[in-house]
This record gives sequence, structure tokens and C-alpha cells, in this order.
Amino acid sequence: MNMRRTIFIPAVLLMIANSGFSSHIKAQVQARADGQWVMPRTTDGRPDLQGNWTNATITPIQRRRDQSAVYSPEEASRLEGGRAARTEALNQPSDPDRVAPPVGGDGSTGAAGGVGGYNYFWIDAGDRVAMFDGEPRTSLIIDPADGRYPSRTDASRQRMAEASQFRRQFGQYDNPENRPLAERCVVSFGSNAGPPMLPNYFYNNNYTIVQTPDHIMIMTEMVHDVRIIRMGTPKPLPKHVKPWFGDSWGHWEGDTLVVETTNFSPTQLNRGQLSGATDNLKITERLTRADEHTLNYEFTVDDLETWTDTWTGEVPFTRLPGLVYEYACHEGNYAMFNVLSGARAQERREGGRQTPER
Amino acid sequence: MSNFIFELARTLRRTTFSILACMAMAAVSADAQTTEIPRTQDGKPDLNGIWQALGNAHWDIEPHAARAALQMQAGPVVPVPAKPVLAFGAVGSVPSGVGIVVGGEIPYLPEARAKKIENQENWSERDPEIKCYLPGVPRATYMPFPFQIFQSSSHFFIAYEYAGALRNIYMEDPGPAQVDSWMGQSVGHWEGDTFVAEGSGFNDQTWFDRAGNHHSASMTVVERYTMTSPHHILYEATIEDPETFSRPWMIRMPLYRHVNEDARLGQFKCVEFVEELMYGQLRKNPIGSEEGR
Repeated sequence: MNMRRTIFIPAVLLMIANSGFSSHIKAQVQARADGQWVMPRTTDGRPDLQGNWTNATITPIQRRRDQSAVYSPEEASRLEGGRAARTEALNQPSDPDRVAPPVGGDGSTGAAGGVGGYNYFWIDAGDRVAMFDGEPRTSLIIDPADGRYPSRTDASRQRMAEASQFRRQFGQYDNPENRPLAERCVVSFGSNAGPPMLPNYFYNNNYTIVQTPDHIMIMTEMVHDVRIIRMGTPKPLPKHVKPWFGDSWGHWEGDTLVVETTNFSPTQLNRGQLSGATDNLKITERLTRADEHTLNYEFTVDDLETWTDTWTGEVPFTRLPGLVYEYACHEGNYAMFNVLSGARAQERREGGRQTPER
Repeated sequence: MSNFIFELARTLRRTTFSILACMAMAAVSADAQTTEIPRTQDGKPDLNGIWQALGNAHWDIEPHAARAALQMQAGPVVPVPAKPVLAFGAVGSVPSGVGIVVGGEIPYLPEARAKKIENQENWSERDPEIKCYLPGVPRATYMPFPFQIFQSSSHFFIAYEYAGALRNIYMEDPGPAQVDSWMGQSVGHWEGDTFVAEGSGFNDQTWFDRAGNHHSASMTVVERYTMTSPHHILYEATIEDPETFSRPWMIRMPLYRHVNEDARLGQFKCVEFVEELMYGQLRKNPIGSEEGR
């Protein structure tokens, strides 16, 4: 930095500090003087959260048991180095002389039973440990303190058991509805659009935020899903109206956007982390610009009929350098047709249609 | 509140016989003239809100009389509704429309006109709307669903209720679209008080309406959004596609604001609604079969 500026600007700051300027102006001038980042603001003075972001990370949602909350610098760099090496290896061109995979797959749990699915060109599972408040985190969940989901209530276990029993009457390829929501192109893998908006550890963990005084719009790349957050005093939907991604209302607490969501879609709840949740589930999200490249995302899941305690996570959203492509999923969903017709072909080969197990 | 004042000003302007009204008008008209349309803090027309086209363009963008169904078959006396749409009765009938094509008729090249008619004859198998496919541009604008504009000083984003379709209209040109897509790539700029979106990079899979009107992947669409009142946008789009049309042509229609206080964009994620249509025959036990329920 230019020596004259470093000496000169603090003197200006001192003058401003003494002259009764608003603290807001002071903060901006001070930040510029230090060469520090200045909170960008919209025309109505709110922190500007807009643009493209990604929450891809190699930090898992839940912490491994008996692990501390933060990786040592060596651990973090070893993990990131390992991921980079794996990515590099998987990015090598396929061997043109490779043999066909075994009929029926190799028995692994990989894509299509190891017959090969996506090659790594398509995958973007994250390559960094989640850095939050300067700490390399070992889990996205930070409360409970062990970084793990709190225990489930007996009632919640019962609900999950009933749901599981219902599912067991079908084979996994019997009907389109038996396939996962992401495979059906209904919503993303994992809980991308959420809430909570979590990485899916596979690909397309990308978001676009557009902000007006009345609305915050969060678009999730997969599957071009839009959350429209209304700002102001909540006028919630009737209890029985339960849209995808729930009914979200936002307000500002200082420079933090706080979003409260209720009325979750039962179909969306019936999977993954939120399985077994009740109609009383409420999720509170807090979004704060931390620096030029980082949006701090914090969420709290509150449903004491499902978990014995609330649980809170922290996820860094980092600037996505680049544009987000259209995720037209259903329009090209040959997989649904082929998966179901493949299952029917297999049944025919194995001796005609079988009656469903009931 | 400001909308109320605009409405009041307009009402009062009409009731000139009332002295009270004249006084009230004097109080608000100066303001009303300069702020006839809402503006953002940076002075642009404020298009934020929920909008919808009214009318029957989504059935057929060309001028048309009412007809019995979208898909017809030969009858002993006159054509009658085709089997796939028969069960809908009058609900499946097509209401008349004055059309939105400036000049009335789409200037198809002869083969393209023939394909349009063929599309119509095979409507139930071909219309991408039936399969809940993304609607493309400009069809998304006048589907019988609202859409919401999110406009800030740096962004212009449209979320459509139908199929959760969306467009991020870039305010900086990223260069030619790298891949063709259903909703295309649009780049926006302001020409005075008109927001102009230049769309390209479309695929050839979308239609203009339920009447089989179509285009190729060479299509470009230049849309113009001009607020004509706090509650109206004049929507114009110029369509150019030398592979399909003999010359550029335009559509034009008003868009109306959802003015109710609790207006909100609904969700119409229709993928799951069409699974029985698209995959029902692949169920282990197809519904209606001996084993099916």
C-alpha cells in the first residue's frame, strides 16, 4: 500500500470521528482506509446479498464421533489435498481399451451398481473444508455441541417406522413415486433448496440471490427452484397449505437477514434429515455478509416433537465465479423411463409379472 | 398506500363537478404526474410485482374463433374432438381470441406452416405444456399463470408460476449463450423507461401456444416491457427466426398487476402431476391392468 495513504487516512478518520459523522459513514471510510472490505449495500441501505453463491464443501453435516469441532491446519490441508488428488485422478481421460463392466454391475453401490454413471467431469462435490468465522469446521452442525443431530423423540421414531413400513410394500423400481425426488426431477438431491439450504455433496450446489425491499428471491440451481421470501410481518398460509420449501418470511436484524419458515411440504419432509418432522417444524435462517467472498448462513431447526432439542448449523456460502446454467431436468429425464422400463424388462426375463408383495 | 393515491387521483379527475374533488386533485395531481408509474430508488420504472396476461393467447396467439377442442378428428358430418381430449367436454374447448400477433398472422415459411398444422393434429402428443416442460420465451409470459419480477439496481429476474420456470436476465452481456436451453439466455438493458430483454440460445423444443405454433433453435426474441400505469405493462416481443418465418414479427399485449394486498406467486411444480401420463404404463402394475389398483 502507498505509504502516504496509510499515514494520511488515519488523520482524516480522526477528524471524521470527532466531527459527529454517523457511525455508518465512519465504518465505510475506516474500512477503505485500512484497505478492508466494505459491506456492499442496496439502494435501500440493506446489506447486498445478491449474486451467485455456492455452499459446496467437503465438511459433512454431522461430525464424526469423538472429533473436535475444528480441524487442525494440517488436517484441513491433508483433506483438501486428498480431494484435489482424487479429483485430478478421476479427471483423467477414460482408457479407450477398457473392457465393458460386468453384466448387472459389479455389485458395488456406485452409480447403477458399478456399471458406470457420471464421470467426474459432471461432479462438483466441493473441494474445501467449510471455513466459518476463520475456523476449519469438522461439521456443519454446531449445536448440539458434539456436532451431531440431537436424539429423536419416540414419537418421531414411530412416525419414521410407519413411513418405512409403508415404503416396504413396494419394490424400489415399482412406480415413479418410489424413486427419489431428485431422480424424478421434483427437487434437488439432499436439501439444496431446503430450508435448511445444505450442500448435496454431489454437484450443482449453486444459488442466485436477488433482493428487493419487499422480497428476497433465492434460486437453487437444482432443479431451478425458487424460494420467494416475503419481507415484513408474517401473514402465514393456512395450516393445510404446504408448498415446497415451506412458507418463508424475512426481516432484518441489523445487517442480518432472518428468515422464518413453516408449512413444510409433507413430501419434502418425508426424506433425509427432516424425515419424521411434524407440522410444527419451524426453521430459522440467518444470512450475514462476512466478507467480499463469503455469506455466512446459519440455521436452526425447531421441532421438539421430533428432536429432543433444537439443532443449529453454520454453512459458509462462497462467491461463485461464473454464471448458473439452466437445470432443465425433467425435460431430459430419460433415466426415469429407462429405470422403470429396465425393471419391467428384468421382471419379464425372470418369468412374467409378479404380484406386489403386500 | 401510494396505489390508493393514484387510484384516488384518477377517480377524482373524472369528478370535476365537485369543488372538493378539484381541491383534492390539486393537492395530488402534481405528484401524480411525476410519479405516474412507480420508480426504484435509482429512478427506473419499478416493475417489481406479480403480473399476468389476460385473454386467450395461451390457447392460440393468432386471431381465432372458438372451436370444439385443441385436437380434432374427422366426424361423419363435421370434425369432432379427438379421443385424447374428448373427456374434457366444454372444459377442453378453445375460447375465441383476438390474437396478440401484430398484423394478425404469423409469417410462416410454407413448410413451417405445414408443420404447425401437423402439430395441431397431434397436439396431445406434442405440446410441451402437456408434459410440464419449461415453456420457453415468449410463451412463459402469457401462460394462464402469473409471474413475478424481481428487479434491483443490479438484477432483473423473472420467476414464473408455471413449472417453476425462471429467467435471470443478465444486466451484463456474458457473450453468446454457450448452450441452447429451454428458457434461453437473455440480456437486459433500459431504453428510456422501457426494459428491453434480448433473448437467444433457445432450443427448438418450445412452442408459442397450444395451437402448435413453433420455431427453430435459430430464434431470437427481443422483449420490451413498458409500464403504462402503476398496474399495467405493455409487453411487446419481436420474434426473428429465418428458418421458420419469412420476416420478423411481433406480439403485443398488456400485462396486469395482481393488485390484491396478499398477492403472492403460487407454486405449480407440475412434474409430479404428469408422471402417470408419462410413466404410468411402466408401473409394475399399470393402473387399470389386472394387477393394478
